[in-house]
Amino acid sequence: MTNEEKYVAAAYLVVFAFVLVYFLIMALKLARLEREVGELTDLARKRVDG
Amino acid sequence: MTAYLMDVATLARKDLRLELRARSVVPAMLLFVVAALVVFHFALPSGSSDLAAKGMLWVAIVFTALLGLTRAFVAEREQRLIDGLLLAPCDRSAIWLAKSAAMLGFLVVAELVALPAFALFFSGIDGATVAGVALADLGICAVGTVLAAMAVAGRARELLLPLLFLPLAIPIVVGGVGASVADEPARYLGLLALYDAVFAIISWASFEYVVTE
Amino acid sequence: MLVPTAIALVFFYAPVDEDGLNQKIFYFHVPIALTAYACFGWGAWKGLVHLWKGTPGADLESYVAIHLGVIFGAMTLLTGSLWAKFRWGHWWLWSERQLVLFLVLFLFYSAYFMLRYSVEPGPQRANLCAVYSLFGVVLIPISFLAIRLANQYIHPVAFNRHGPQMAGSQFFTFCVCLAAMLALFAALYQFELAGKRLDARLRELRELLA
Repeated sequence: MTNEEKYVAAAYLVVFAFVLVYFLIMALKLARLEREVGELTDLARKRVDG
Repeated sequence: MTAYLMDVATLARKDLRLELRARSVVPAMLLFVVAALVVFHFALPSGSSDLAAKGMLWVAIVFTALLGLTRAFVAEREQRLIDGLLLAPCDRSAIWLAKSAAMLGFLVVAELVALPAFALFFSGIDGATVAGVALADLGICAVGTVLAAMAVAGRARELLLPLLFLPLAIPIVVGGVGASVADEPARYLGLLALYDAVFAIISWASFEYVVTE
Repeated sequence: MLVPTAIALVFFYAPVDEDGLNQKIFYFHVPIALTAYACFGWGAWKGLVHLWKGTPGADLESYVAIHLGVIFGAMTLLTGSLWAKFRWGHWWLWSERQLVLFLVLFLFYSAYFMLRYSVEPGPQRANLCAVYSLFGVVLIPISFLAIRLANQYIHPVAFNRHGPQMAGSQFFTFCVCLAAMLALFAALYQFELAGKRLDARLRELRELLA
Protein backbone atom coordinates (compact mmCIF):
# COMPACT_ATOMS: atom_id res chain seq x y z
CA MET A 1 0.00 0.00 0.00
CA THR A 2 1.28 3.44 -0.78
CA ASN A 3 1.34 6.14 1.80
CA GLU A 4 -1.62 7.87 0.21
CA GLU A 5 -3.76 4.79 0.33
CA LYS A 6 -2.93 4.36 4.00
CA TYR A 7 -4.31 7.76 4.87
CA VAL A 8 -7.47 7.24 2.88
CA ALA A 9 -7.99 3.85 4.48
CA ALA A 10 -7.35 5.36 7.91
CA ALA A 11 -9.92 8.08 7.35
CA TYR A 12 -12.55 5.62 6.28
CA LEU A 13 -11.70 3.28 9.11
CA VAL A 14 -12.17 6.09 11.59
CA VAL A 15 -15.66 6.75 10.31
CA PHE A 16 -16.43 3.06 10.23
CA ALA A 17 -15.13 2.58 13.76
CA PHE A 18 -17.28 5.42 15.05
CA VAL A 19 -20.42 3.98 13.52
CA LEU A 20 -19.49 0.54 14.79
CA VAL A 21 -18.97 1.75 18.34
CA TYR A 22 -22.23 3.62 18.15
CA PHE A 23 -24.05 0.50 17.09
CA LEU A 24 -22.34 -1.52 19.79
CA ILE A 25 -23.54 0.91 22.42
CA MET A 26 -27.03 0.86 21.00
CA ALA A 27 -26.99 -2.92 20.88
CA LEU A 28 -25.97 -3.10 24.53
CA LYS A 29 -28.74 -0.71 25.35
CA LEU A 30 -31.22 -2.74 23.39
CA ALA A 31 -30.16 -5.85 25.29
CA ARG A 32 -30.69 -4.05 28.56
CA LEU A 33 -34.12 -2.87 27.46
CA GLU A 34 -35.03 -6.38 26.45
CA ARG A 35 -34.02 -7.69 29.85
CA GLU A 36 -36.11 -5.03 31.53
CA VAL A 37 -39.12 -5.87 29.40
CA GLY A 38 -38.67 -9.50 30.41
CA GLU A 39 -38.59 -8.59 34.09
CA LEU A 40 -41.64 -6.42 33.74
CA THR A 41 -43.51 -9.10 31.86
CA ASP A 42 -42.77 -11.58 34.64
CA LEU A 43 -43.96 -9.03 37.17
CA ALA A 44 -47.15 -8.40 35.22
CA ARG A 45 -47.80 -12.12 34.82
CA LYS A 46 -47.43 -12.69 38.55
CA ARG A 47 -49.78 -9.80 39.16
CA VAL A 48 -52.39 -11.28 36.82
CA ASP A 49 -52.06 -14.78 38.26
CA GLY A 50 -52.09 -13.62 41.83
CA MET B 1 -41.14 51.51 28.39
CA THR B 2 -40.18 53.97 31.10
CA ALA B 3 -41.63 51.60 33.69
CA TYR B 4 -39.39 48.87 32.28
CA LEU B 5 -36.32 51.09 32.51
CA MET B 6 -37.29 52.08 36.05
CA ASP B 7 -37.42 48.42 37.00
CA VAL B 8 -34.02 47.87 35.46
CA ALA B 9 -32.55 50.84 37.28
CA THR B 10 -34.00 49.70 40.60
CA LEU B 11 -32.71 46.18 40.22
CA ALA B 12 -29.27 47.31 39.09
CA ARG B 13 -29.07 49.74 42.00
CA LYS B 14 -29.92 46.89 44.35
CA ASP B 15 -26.98 44.86 43.03
CA LEU B 16 -24.59 47.79 43.27
CA ARG B 17 -25.72 48.59 46.78
CA LEU B 18 -25.28 44.98 47.84
CA GLU B 19 -21.78 45.05 46.47
CA LEU B 20 -20.97 48.33 48.19
CA ARG B 21 -22.10 46.85 51.47
CA ALA B 22 -20.55 43.39 51.21
CA ARG B 23 -17.56 44.24 48.99
CA SER B 24 -17.20 40.63 47.95
CA VAL B 25 -16.74 40.73 44.19
CA VAL B 26 -15.00 43.88 43.01
CA PRO B 27 -11.97 43.74 45.33
CA ALA B 28 -11.46 40.11 44.34
CA MET B 29 -11.60 41.02 40.66
CA LEU B 30 -9.15 43.89 41.14
CA LEU B 31 -6.68 41.78 43.00
CA PHE B 32 -7.04 38.94 40.53
CA VAL B 33 -6.44 41.06 37.46
CA VAL B 34 -3.32 42.69 38.87
CA ALA B 35 -1.98 39.36 40.10
CA ALA B 36 -2.68 37.83 36.71
CA LEU B 37 -0.72 40.58 34.96
CA VAL B 38 2.23 39.98 37.28
CA VAL B 39 2.06 36.26 36.57
CA PHE B 40 1.97 36.96 32.85
CA HIS B 41 5.06 39.10 33.15
CA PHE B 42 6.93 36.06 34.39
CA ALA B 43 5.18 33.75 31.94
CA LEU B 44 6.51 35.70 28.96
CA PRO B 45 10.20 35.04 28.42
CA SER B 46 12.32 38.14 28.01
CA GLY B 47 12.40 39.28 24.44
CA SER B 48 8.76 38.43 23.84
CA SER B 49 7.04 41.02 21.75
CA ASP B 50 4.54 43.57 22.97
CA LEU B 51 2.02 41.78 20.82
CA ALA B 52 2.22 38.68 23.00
CA ALA B 53 1.67 40.87 26.06
CA LYS B 54 -1.45 42.30 24.48
CA GLY B 55 -2.78 38.82 24.01
CA MET B 56 -2.16 38.21 27.70
CA LEU B 57 -4.15 41.34 28.55
CA TRP B 58 -7.17 39.72 26.90
CA VAL B 59 -6.67 36.50 28.76
CA ALA B 60 -6.62 38.49 31.98
CA ILE B 61 -9.80 40.35 31.07
CA VAL B 62 -11.74 37.23 30.16
CA PHE B 63 -10.75 35.39 33.32
CA THR B 64 -11.42 38.38 35.53
CA ALA B 65 -14.89 38.64 34.04
CA LEU B 66 -15.33 34.93 34.66
CA LEU B 67 -14.39 35.42 38.29
CA GLY B 68 -17.06 38.07 38.72
CA LEU B 69 -19.70 36.16 36.79
CA THR B 70 -19.25 33.09 38.95
CA ARG B 71 -20.56 35.12 41.87
CA ALA B 72 -23.30 36.89 39.91
CA PHE B 73 -26.23 34.75 40.97
CA VAL B 74 -24.83 33.11 44.06
CA ALA B 75 -26.62 35.43 46.46
CA GLU B 76 -29.89 34.86 44.65
CA ARG B 77 -29.56 31.10 44.89
CA GLU B 78 -28.15 30.80 48.36
CA GLN B 79 -30.64 33.11 49.99
CA ARG B 80 -33.49 32.13 47.72
CA LEU B 81 -33.78 35.71 46.54
CA ILE B 82 -34.50 34.54 43.03
CA ASP B 83 -38.00 33.43 43.98
CA GLY B 84 -38.76 36.89 45.28
CA LEU B 85 -37.35 38.46 42.15
CA LEU B 86 -39.47 36.24 39.97
CA LEU B 87 -42.59 37.12 41.94
CA ALA B 88 -41.94 40.82 41.53
CA PRO B 89 -44.23 42.41 38.97
CA CYS B 90 -41.56 43.14 36.43
CA ASP B 91 -40.49 41.63 33.16
CA ARG B 92 -37.94 38.82 33.56
CA SER B 93 -35.70 40.30 30.94
CA ALA B 94 -35.42 43.37 33.16
CA ILE B 95 -33.62 41.14 35.67
CA TRP B 96 -31.14 40.19 32.96
CA LEU B 97 -30.60 43.77 31.88
CA ALA B 98 -30.07 44.94 35.45
CA LYS B 99 -27.71 42.10 36.29
CA SER B 100 -25.72 42.68 33.11
CA ALA B 101 -25.49 46.39 33.86
CA ALA B 102 -24.23 45.67 37.36
CA MET B 103 -21.68 43.17 36.05
CA LEU B 104 -20.62 45.72 33.45
CA GLY B 105 -20.06 48.20 36.24
CA PHE B 106 -17.87 45.75 38.18
CA LEU B 107 -15.90 44.82 35.11
CA VAL B 108 -15.30 48.43 34.14
CA VAL B 109 -14.01 49.18 37.61
CA ALA B 110 -11.63 46.24 37.33
CA GLU B 111 -10.43 47.45 33.95
CA LEU B 112 -9.97 51.00 35.14
CA VAL B 113 -7.23 49.50 37.27
CA ALA B 114 -6.12 46.80 34.83
CA LEU B 115 -5.50 48.97 31.78
CA PRO B 116 -3.25 51.53 33.54
CA ALA B 117 -1.50 48.64 35.28
CA PHE B 118 -0.94 47.02 31.90
CA ALA B 119 0.40 50.27 30.48
CA LEU B 120 2.73 50.54 33.47
CA PHE B 121 3.99 46.94 33.40
CA PHE B 122 4.07 46.22 29.68
CA SER B 123 3.40 48.76 26.96
CA GLY B 124 1.17 51.67 26.13
CA ILE B 125 -2.44 51.24 25.12
CA ASP B 126 -3.98 52.85 22.09
CA GLY B 127 -7.53 53.98 21.45
CA ALA B 128 -8.45 50.88 19.46
CA THR B 129 -7.64 48.68 22.44
CA VAL B 130 -9.81 50.75 24.73
CA ALA B 131 -12.66 50.66 22.20
CA GLY B 132 -12.19 46.91 21.89
CA VAL B 133 -12.27 46.45 25.65
CA ALA B 134 -15.45 48.51 25.90
CA LEU B 135 -17.21 46.53 23.19
CA ALA B 136 -15.96 43.22 24.56
CA ASP B 137 -17.27 44.12 28.03
CA LEU B 138 -20.77 44.51 26.64
CA GLY B 139 -20.65 41.09 25.02
CA ILE B 140 -19.06 39.40 28.02
CA CYS B 141 -21.68 40.74 30.40
CA ALA B 142 -24.62 40.04 28.10
CA VAL B 143 -23.68 36.42 27.46
CA GLY B 144 -22.07 35.81 30.82
CA THR B 145 -25.13 36.80 32.80
CA VAL B 146 -27.34 34.28 31.01
CA LEU B 147 -24.73 31.56 31.36
CA ALA B 148 -24.22 32.38 35.03
CA ALA B 149 -27.96 32.03 35.59
CA MET B 150 -27.77 28.66 33.85
CA ALA B 151 -24.75 27.51 35.80
CA VAL B 152 -26.26 28.17 39.23
CA ALA B 153 -29.05 25.75 38.39
CA GLY B 154 -26.53 22.94 38.10
CA ARG B 155 -24.83 20.96 40.82
CA ALA B 156 -21.27 21.99 40.00
CA ARG B 157 -21.81 25.73 39.58
CA GLU B 158 -18.33 27.11 39.80
CA LEU B 159 -17.10 24.32 37.57
CA LEU B 160 -19.80 24.67 34.97
CA LEU B 161 -19.60 28.35 34.16
CA PRO B 162 -16.09 28.41 32.65
CA LEU B 163 -16.95 25.42 30.51
CA LEU B 164 -20.04 27.12 29.18
CA PHE B 165 -18.45 30.52 28.86
CA LEU B 166 -15.03 29.97 27.30
CA PRO B 167 -16.14 28.54 23.93
CA LEU B 168 -18.55 31.44 23.59
CA ALA B 169 -15.79 33.88 24.50
CA ILE B 170 -13.52 32.81 21.65
CA PRO B 171 -14.98 35.32 19.14
CA ILE B 172 -14.58 38.03 21.79
CA VAL B 173 -10.92 37.18 22.24
CA VAL B 174 -10.39 37.13 18.48
CA GLY B 175 -12.05 40.50 18.07
CA GLY B 176 -10.30 42.02 21.05
CA VAL B 177 -6.82 40.80 20.26
CA GLY B 178 -7.32 41.74 16.63
CA ALA B 179 -8.40 45.23 17.60
CA SER B 180 -5.31 45.69 19.76
CA VAL B 181 -2.69 44.27 17.41
CA ALA B 182 -3.92 44.70 13.82
CA ASP B 183 -3.13 47.68 11.67
CA GLU B 184 -6.76 48.18 10.74
CA PRO B 185 -8.77 47.54 13.88
CA ALA B 186 -12.09 48.56 12.33
CA ARG B 187 -13.03 45.06 11.15
CA TYR B 188 -12.32 43.52 14.52
CA LEU B 189 -14.31 46.19 16.28
CA GLY B 190 -17.06 45.44 13.79
CA LEU B 191 -16.92 41.78 14.75
CA LEU B 192 -17.21 42.70 18.43
CA ALA B 193 -20.14 45.01 17.72
CA LEU B 194 -21.88 42.29 15.73
CA TYR B 195 -21.29 39.80 18.52
CA ASP B 196 -22.69 42.22 21.10
CA ALA B 197 -25.78 42.96 19.05
CA VAL B 198 -26.61 39.36 18.18
CA PHE B 199 -25.97 37.91 21.61
CA ALA B 200 -27.64 40.79 23.43
CA ILE B 201 -30.82 40.16 21.48
CA ILE B 202 -30.81 36.42 21.97
CA SER B 203 -29.91 36.71 25.66
CA TRP B 204 -32.58 39.30 26.23
CA ALA B 205 -35.18 37.14 24.56
CA SER B 206 -34.21 33.86 26.19
CA PHE B 207 -33.44 34.89 29.78
CA GLU B 208 -37.03 34.40 30.84
CA TYR B 209 -36.80 30.69 30.08
CA VAL B 210 -33.56 30.32 31.98
CA VAL B 211 -34.94 31.51 35.32
CA THR B 212 -38.49 30.17 35.23
CA GLU B 213 -38.96 26.60 36.33
CA MET C 1 -28.53 1.52 1.33
CA LEU C 2 -27.18 4.90 0.37
CA VAL C 3 -23.95 4.53 2.29
CA PRO C 4 -22.59 1.54 0.35
CA THR C 5 -23.64 3.21 -2.89
CA ALA C 6 -21.76 6.32 -1.89
CA ILE C 7 -18.64 4.34 -1.01
CA ALA C 8 -18.83 2.47 -4.29
CA LEU C 9 -19.20 5.73 -6.21
CA VAL C 10 -16.29 7.28 -4.41
CA PHE C 11 -13.95 4.48 -5.28
CA PHE C 12 -15.09 3.33 -8.69
CA TYR C 13 -16.83 6.24 -10.33
CA ALA C 14 -15.27 9.53 -9.37
CA PRO C 15 -12.10 10.32 -11.29
CA VAL C 16 -8.95 10.98 -9.34
CA ASP C 17 -7.92 14.56 -9.90
CA GLU C 18 -4.48 16.10 -9.66
CA ASP C 19 -4.73 16.29 -5.90
CA GLY C 20 -4.36 12.57 -5.88
CA LEU C 21 -6.07 10.16 -3.63
CA ASN C 22 -6.81 12.61 -0.86
CA GLN C 23 -9.83 13.62 -2.87
CA LYS C 24 -11.35 10.42 -1.59
CA ILE C 25 -11.22 11.72 1.96
CA PHE C 26 -12.88 14.91 0.87
CA TYR C 27 -15.94 12.99 -0.25
CA PHE C 28 -16.55 11.76 3.24
CA HIS C 29 -15.06 14.53 5.34
CA VAL C 30 -17.11 17.39 3.93
CA PRO C 31 -20.50 15.64 3.93
CA ILE C 32 -19.90 14.56 7.52
CA ALA C 33 -19.11 18.14 8.45
CA LEU C 34 -22.23 19.43 6.72
CA THR C 35 -24.29 16.75 8.42
CA ALA C 36 -22.91 17.83 11.77
CA TYR C 37 -24.09 21.38 11.05
CA ALA C 38 -27.46 19.94 10.11
CA CYS C 39 -27.59 18.09 13.44
CA PHE C 40 -26.80 21.24 15.42
CA GLY C 41 -29.31 23.22 13.39
CA TRP C 42 -31.97 20.58 13.89
CA GLY C 43 -31.23 20.43 17.61
CA ALA C 44 -31.58 24.20 17.90
CA TRP C 45 -34.79 24.13 15.90
CA LYS C 46 -36.23 21.53 18.27
CA GLY C 47 -35.04 23.67 21.17
CA LEU C 48 -36.88 26.63 19.71
CA VAL C 49 -40.01 24.53 19.25
CA HIS C 50 -39.72 23.50 22.88
CA LEU C 51 -39.45 27.09 24.12
CA TRP C 52 -42.08 28.39 21.79
CA LYS C 53 -44.81 25.79 21.86
CA GLY C 54 -43.74 23.59 24.75
CA THR C 55 -44.24 20.46 22.67
CA PRO C 56 -43.51 17.48 24.91
CA GLY C 57 -40.63 15.46 23.55
CA ALA C 58 -39.02 18.36 21.71
CA ASP C 59 -36.39 18.55 24.44
CA LEU C 60 -35.45 14.91 23.96
CA GLU C 61 -35.34 15.35 20.19
CA SER C 62 -33.11 18.36 20.57
CA TYR C 63 -30.78 16.42 22.84
CA VAL C 64 -30.55 13.43 20.51
CA ALA C 65 -29.83 15.66 17.52
CA ILE C 66 -27.04 17.45 19.38
CA HIS C 67 -25.65 14.19 20.66
CA LEU C 68 -25.39 12.91 17.10
CA GLY C 69 -23.99 16.27 16.05
CA VAL C 70 -21.15 15.85 18.51
CA ILE C 71 -20.45 12.36 17.18
CA PHE C 72 -20.38 13.63 13.61
CA GLY C 73 -18.27 16.56 14.78
CA ALA C 74 -15.73 14.23 16.32
CA MET C 75 -15.61 12.28 13.08
CA THR C 76 -15.04 15.53 11.19
CA LEU C 77 -12.18 16.43 13.48
CA LEU C 78 -10.51 13.05 13.06
CA THR C 79 -10.93 12.76 9.30
CA GLY C 80 -9.97 16.40 8.90
CA SER C 81 -6.86 15.86 10.95
CA LEU C 82 -5.93 12.88 8.79
CA TRP C 83 -6.55 14.95 5.70
CA ALA C 84 -4.36 17.74 6.96
CA LYS C 85 -1.58 15.28 7.73
CA PHE C 86 -1.95 13.77 4.31
CA ARG C 87 -2.03 16.97 2.37
CA TRP C 88 0.15 19.36 4.29
CA GLY C 89 2.10 17.00 6.49
CA HIS C 90 0.77 18.27 9.84
CA TRP C 91 -1.79 16.72 12.10
CA TRP C 92 -3.20 20.05 13.00
CA LEU C 93 -3.28 23.31 11.09
CA TRP C 94 -4.64 26.46 12.67
CA SER C 95 -5.08 27.93 9.23
CA GLU C 96 -7.59 25.25 8.35
CA ARG C 97 -10.68 27.23 9.26
CA GLN C 98 -13.27 24.52 9.17
CA LEU C 99 -11.26 22.34 11.52
CA VAL C 100 -10.76 25.17 13.99
CA LEU C 101 -14.44 25.99 13.84
CA PHE C 102 -15.24 22.37 14.59
CA LEU C 103 -12.90 22.39 17.54
CA VAL C 104 -14.72 25.41 18.96
CA LEU C 105 -18.08 23.80 18.34
CA PHE C 106 -16.90 20.55 19.83
CA LEU C 107 -15.89 22.34 23.03
CA PHE C 108 -19.15 24.26 23.07
CA TYR C 109 -21.35 21.23 22.67
CA SER C 110 -19.32 19.15 25.08
CA ALA C 111 -20.20 21.80 27.64
CA TYR C 112 -23.82 21.19 26.63
CA PHE C 113 -23.50 17.68 28.01
CA MET C 114 -21.93 18.98 31.21
CA LEU C 115 -24.85 21.35 31.58
CA ARG C 116 -27.39 18.65 30.87
CA TYR C 117 -25.96 16.17 33.32
CA SER C 118 -25.44 18.60 36.16
CA VAL C 119 -29.04 19.82 36.26
CA GLU C 120 -31.86 17.72 37.64
CA PRO C 121 -34.18 16.42 34.91
CA GLY C 122 -37.29 18.49 34.59
CA PRO C 123 -38.78 21.48 32.83
CA GLN C 124 -35.96 23.78 33.88
CA ARG C 125 -33.31 21.54 32.42
CA ALA C 126 -35.24 21.40 29.17
CA ASN C 127 -35.39 25.19 29.05
CA LEU C 128 -31.70 25.62 29.82
CA CYS C 129 -30.67 23.12 27.18
CA ALA C 130 -32.94 24.68 24.59
CA VAL C 131 -31.54 28.16 25.24
CA TYR C 132 -28.00 26.82 25.10
CA SER C 133 -28.64 25.08 21.79
CA LEU C 134 -29.96 28.36 20.39
CA PHE C 135 -26.74 30.06 21.51
CA GLY C 136 -24.95 27.35 19.57
CA VAL C 137 -26.45 28.08 16.18
CA VAL C 138 -25.75 31.76 16.65
CA LEU C 139 -22.19 30.94 17.62
CA ILE C 140 -21.54 28.98 14.42
CA PRO C 141 -21.59 31.91 11.95
CA ILE C 142 -19.97 34.31 14.40
CA SER C 143 -17.14 31.90 15.13
CA PHE C 144 -16.73 31.33 11.45
CA LEU C 145 -16.31 35.06 10.91
CA ALA C 146 -14.01 35.35 13.90
CA ILE C 147 -11.78 32.51 12.73
CA ARG C 148 -11.53 34.04 9.28
CA LEU C 149 -10.47 37.32 10.82
CA ALA C 150 -8.11 35.62 13.26
CA ASN C 151 -6.25 33.97 10.43
CA GLN C 152 -5.34 37.40 9.17
CA TYR C 153 -3.31 38.28 12.19
CA ILE C 154 -2.06 34.81 12.95
CA HIS C 155 -1.26 33.85 9.36
CA PRO C 156 -0.79 37.00 7.30
CA VAL C 157 -0.47 35.04 4.08
CA ALA C 158 -3.82 34.31 2.58
CA PHE C 159 -4.30 30.62 2.44
CA ASN C 160 -6.45 29.65 -0.46
CA ARG C 161 -7.31 26.07 -0.99
CA HIS C 162 -10.09 26.34 -3.48
CA GLY C 163 -8.42 23.91 -5.78
CA PRO C 164 -9.69 22.85 -9.15
CA GLN C 165 -13.36 23.20 -9.83
CA MET C 166 -15.23 20.01 -9.31
CA ALA C 167 -16.03 18.06 -12.41
CA GLY C 168 -19.60 16.98 -12.97
CA SER C 169 -19.05 13.39 -11.97
CA GLN C 170 -17.20 14.46 -8.85
CA PHE C 171 -20.02 16.77 -7.90
CA PHE C 172 -22.52 14.00 -8.41
CA THR C 173 -20.52 11.69 -6.17
CA PHE C 174 -20.28 14.42 -3.59
CA CYS C 175 -24.05 14.91 -3.61
CA VAL C 176 -24.65 11.19 -3.18
CA CYS C 177 -22.21 11.17 -0.26
CA LEU C 178 -23.99 14.09 1.33
CA ALA C 179 -27.36 12.39 0.90
CA ALA C 180 -25.91 9.21 2.37
CA MET C 181 -24.60 11.01 5.43
CA LEU C 182 -27.88 12.83 5.95
CA ALA C 183 -29.72 9.55 5.63
CA LEU C 184 -27.35 7.98 8.13
CA PHE C 185 -28.05 10.83 10.51
CA ALA C 186 -31.81 10.50 10.04
CA ALA C 187 -31.67 6.76 10.65
CA LEU C 188 -29.49 7.04 13.74
CA TYR C 189 -31.68 9.89 14.99
CA GLN C 190 -34.84 7.81 14.76
CA PHE C 191 -33.03 4.84 16.23
CA GLU C 192 -31.70 6.64 19.24
CA LEU C 193 -34.93 8.54 19.78
CA ALA C 194 -36.92 5.31 19.75
CA GLY C 195 -34.47 3.83 22.25
CA LYS C 196 -34.77 6.80 24.59
CA ARG C 197 -38.54 6.84 24.37
CA LEU C 198 -38.68 3.13 25.04
CA ASP C 199 -36.50 3.68 28.05
CA ALA C 200 -38.84 6.34 29.40
CA ARG C 201 -41.91 4.17 28.76
CA LEU C 202 -40.34 1.22 30.53
CA ARG C 203 -39.54 3.33 33.55
CA GLU C 204 -43.13 4.46 33.62
CA LEU C 205 -44.34 0.88 33.37
CA ARG C 206 -42.05 -0.19 36.16
CA GLU C 207 -43.43 2.51 38.39
CA LEU C 208 -46.97 1.45 37.52
CA LEU C 209 -46.32 -2.19 38.31
CA ALA C 210 -44.17 -1.71 41.38
